[in-house]
Amino acid sequence: MSAPTLPLEHGVETPRSPHAPAIVFEDVHIAFGDNQVLRGVSFTLPAGETKAMFGVAGSGKSTILKLTLGLMRPDAGRILVLGNEITEMREEDLFPVRGHLGMVFQEGALFDSLTVAENVAFRLIEEKGVYDEATDRKVREALRFVELEHTLNMLPSELSGGMRRRVAIARAIITEPELVLYDSPTGGLDPVTSNTIVELIMKQRDVYKSSSLLVTHRLQDAFTMATHQFDPKKNELKALPRGQYCDVPMSFLILRDGKVIFDGDIHELAHTKNEYIKEYIS
Amino acid sequence: MSSMANGLELTLPAEWAKAKVLSVQEYTLLSLQSIANIFRKPVYFADMVQQADLIGWGSLPIVVLTGFFTGGVLALQSSNTLERFGSITLIGQLVSTSMVRELGPVLTALMVAGRNSSGMASELGSMVVTEQIDAMRALGTDPMKKLVTPRVTATVFMLFFLTIISDLVGIFGGLFIAKLILTLDASQYLHNAWQTLVFQDVFMGLIKPVVFGFIIATIGCYYGMTSRGGTQGVGRATTQAVVAASVLILLVDLLITKLLMAVLSFR
Repeated sequence: MSAPTLPLEHGVETPRSPHAPAIVFEDVHIAFGDNQVLRGVSFTLPAGETKAMFGVAGSGKSTILKLTLGLMRPDAGRILVLGNEITEMREEDLFPVRGHLGMVFQEGALFDSLTVAENVAFRLIEEKGVYDEATDRKVREALRFVELEHTLNMLPSELSGGMRRRVAIARAIITEPELVLYDSPTGGLDPVTSNTIVELIMKQRDVYKSSSLLVTHRLQDAFTMATHQFDPKKNELKALPRGQYCDVPMSFLILRDGKVIFDGDIHELAHTKNEYIKEYIS
Repeated sequence: MSSMANGLELTLPAEWAKAKVLSVQEYTLLSLQSIANIFRKPVYFADMVQQADLIGWGSLPIVVLTGFFTGGVLALQSSNTLERFGSITLIGQLVSTSMVRELGPVLTALMVAGRNSSGMASELGSMVVTEQIDAMRALGTDPMKKLVTPRVTATVFMLFFLTIISDLVGIFGGLFIAKLILTLDASQYLHNAWQTLVFQDVFMGLIKPVVFGFIIATIGCYYGMTSRGGTQGVGRATTQAVVAASVLILLVDLLITKLLMAVLSFR
């Protein structure tokens, strides 16, 4: 199941082939006390694909993201991220692997004592030890990507909820990670701001071709992502004709009672016979 | 295993004991890691300096005030007894020995614990509940190295010097009372205070802040890093950090005093 690997800095390995899976979950179980959250979850996220994950509250969506990052360890099963088996990896060995990943937390999780620029530059400052000109250029570029260049010297507390999420996206993508994880990036936001965030995620997918695992409660966001593409020339979303939906690297994963009950593309989702899924997407 | 009855959670003794053992284990691990990280890259020197400024410079006013008033009240309280034995001139000796050996280190540590253990617990606790610690780990940075080790090294380093300042200010507090209220000779007071101190006194007085500084920072960081349950949990962690640090300082003080008295063959 594991992809051919190429040694990288710090002895970390990452997939050589662009078609190697970004994430592989094999029969993963995890429980918190008596609460069995995941009961044998298995799925694969191919490189360059975006997978939208659905499920009712408490179904284990955020847990899957944290397991992917190695912030939690499964009770059983295997997890491969960018070709590295992280299941038994020591914390200090996980840090270089996480260097290839970006994560957007539910509420942004920005460092509240640092400015927007310092937040976005955090990873680069950690690598170099200073905030130099090259770092400033990259920070401005990342903030321009999320259209928030003017917030450079502001503190997170001075930003709106939507702006904080966009800064979190800028922080996650500044090092151009191969895999980006989004935890309810549009949760609790107004429709206009949500659309902006969705557009940014699609821009990341279609311009930088990175793989993403997205947790969301908003079906319309995922459907937009499956039926549109980002046009970098016009800097806007372009609706695709029905026959070209399969060209979009987008799939859906639905969890129920700690198990995957659906894993497929938009066509398979539209033609599902599962009553629960039909009701869920209706 | 806990049982719920009418909304009240009853914890079985075995479960309570297990939780306590786990806490001690986690605390020990955090303490060891905080020391080991000093010798591992990256070393966050700028964060250490920043923490040293916050902890050392920030605590200076309360440490100076505490030292001065403690030295003063010590002179005042002991004057009555010493006068009865006709030894009022020994007041400098008593104040300096008490301050350097015991009151300087312990009171400084308690004041710094009240100010900084709580600060560390609330700051790190807030970072935990707002997922900032997870975000830091996700960005490839070890929070133990970035947040805990700089706080521990800065507290140990600064408490050492704060204690010296407190000792000195305490002796001058005693002098203030001896001169102005007890109308004793200032030079005699200072001469007695200086002459009475021996290596064992100073050694004991300077070993204690190193240990107390370590306790203050590791307890503050431990309660912060393990806080759960939103803002209420952070508040609880803050209170627990101050209580645990204060009790541990007093307990360890007793043990260190006994140990050093035996090792250094005290008079």
